[in-house]
Amino acid sequence: MTAEIIAQGVYYQYAQDNNLALKDINFKIDKGEFVAIIGPNGSGKSTLAKLLNGIFVPTKGEIYVDGVNTASKEDIWKVRQKAGMVFQNPDNQIVATVVEEDVAFGPENLGIPPAEIRIRVREALEAVELTEYAHKAPHLLSGGQKQRVAIAGILAMKPQCIILDEPTAMLDPVGRKEVISTVKKLNREEGKTIVLITHFMDEAVQADRVFVMSNGQVVMEGTPRQVFTRVEKLKSIGLDVPQVTELSYQLRKAGIEIRPDLLTLEETVDCLCQLL
Amino acid sequence: MREITIGQYIPGNSAVHRLDPRTKIIVTLFYMILLFLLNNFQGYVFPVAFIVLASVLSGISIKYMLKGLRPLIFIIALTFILNIFMIKGRILYEIGPLDLTYEGLYQGAFMAIRLVLLIVGTSLLTLTTSPISLTDGIEKLLSPFKKLGIPAHELAMMMTIALRFIPTLLEETDKIMKAQMARGADFESGNIIKRAKNMVPLLVPLFISAFRRADELAMAMEARCYRGGENRTRMKELKMTSLDYMTYVIFSTIVLGALISRYLW
Repeated sequence: MTAEIIAQGVYYQYAQDNNLALKDINFKIDKGEFVAIIGPNGSGKSTLAKLLNGIFVPTKGEIYVDGVNTASKEDIWKVRQKAGMVFQNPDNQIVATVVEEDVAFGPENLGIPPAEIRIRVREALEAVELTEYAHKAPHLLSGGQKQRVAIAGILAMKPQCIILDEPTAMLDPVGRKEVISTVKKLNREEGKTIVLITHFMDEAVQADRVFVMSNGQVVMEGTPRQVFTRVEKLKSIGLDVPQVTELSYQLRKAGIEIRPDLLTLEETVDCLCQLL
Repeated sequence: MREITIGQYIPGNSAVHRLDPRTKIIVTLFYMILLFLLNNFQGYVFPVAFIVLASVLSGISIKYMLKGLRPLIFIIALTFILNIFMIKGRILYEIGPLDLTYEGLYQGAFMAIRLVLLIVGTSLLTLTTSPISLTDGIEKLLSPFKKLGIPAHELAMMMTIALRFIPTLLEETDKIMKAQMARGADFESGNIIKRAKNMVPLLVPLFISAFRRADELAMAMEARCYRGGENRTRMKELKMTSLDYMTYVIFSTIVLGALISRYLW
């Protein structure tokens, strides 16, 4: 597998701030990988997301998206086409007054011929299962649906990689589920590389790899199992672990022998049943 | 509050609805000019015929179009009354220092009818054209003037974004109003000045949030490769069809008839 996104010694500092927002970030994300980035507020997750598609440029160091340096002025639109970005607030990223026109916004900006745009819009709406809403006004949709429209808008640009900056933070539980299952489907069925920044541990569990950020640095990295079994370390950073992991942690503390690396509800139920 | 529509567009699929928005804008423009070229009552036959024809074809009743007059009735009445008394001529009736003249009556009625036809005719445009296609039409029509420095694409983009955010901001106004009312704000009592003052706790958060939205939207647009109108394509292309050409023929006939009537009647 080849690397999709490479970060080499990335530092970032906001203009009005003396502190570094990001310090010495190094990682490689492979093509088709699903990476979740977690971290407490102010840990630099969103800043990192904005660096990945060239909205911000590193103060020091380099980021490559599919071999293109995000800092190069001529290639910036290539970077943004390759790495599409979905933001937190569903209302503030929809431009047009009709769903299909909004999905068409990206490809229109890329100068794609109209007939081709139609095909892309139809495919993108199919991928997020919103075909029947093509002619609706976006403000009449639910939060989860709006966020899926935003994802469709990115898909229509045919990116290899989708970066989602806390896409579920403003949604209700139903909307969250819709968005996450759409993201997983795109990863599995269409092979899109996914970078999901999130507050919710149960979303991070579903990734192939988890990065934990704290104070502008990546402090832990590994599969969800590797990361979430280090309950004490996570808690010291100010993060929670998934509920079931917490349960097994507490049970072990109470002297009950149970696997420490439980992540999903099903495994936990199995394990608990065996104990009984 | 959420169901507000700009220009009172009535969705439909009639021949008039399906016309290219450019055709409708051009026809409306010439219709307005025509109204000011007419110089006698008989000439009004032509614009009236045009409106009746459009009403039949679009399926929007004339009664509904006349509803649009309601907020403007004061202006029409004022025009009528001013004309009646201001124009000198054969006196029909005297009310104190004011003279009601035959010429005034004629001119007053003439002007009032002109205003009514103007409003009804132009409302046809917004009644049968969705704001989005209206925007597209304006963009296309203005694009030849880009060389003269008219920012056609930018204007159209601003209109689209405004239309997109009207319901969002209305919803937000509603939310802030309720939140402030829960904290004891009073938006209903007092005179105009007091009420305007009471609006401050509503407007400040609304403006702040609008600016934040603008900021985020700009970032989202850039992330989706938006870089102005250059090299941009559109999914929906405007196309003139035989329907549009027919409209031009019919409308030209009406204009021609009206112009000839200036000399014959």
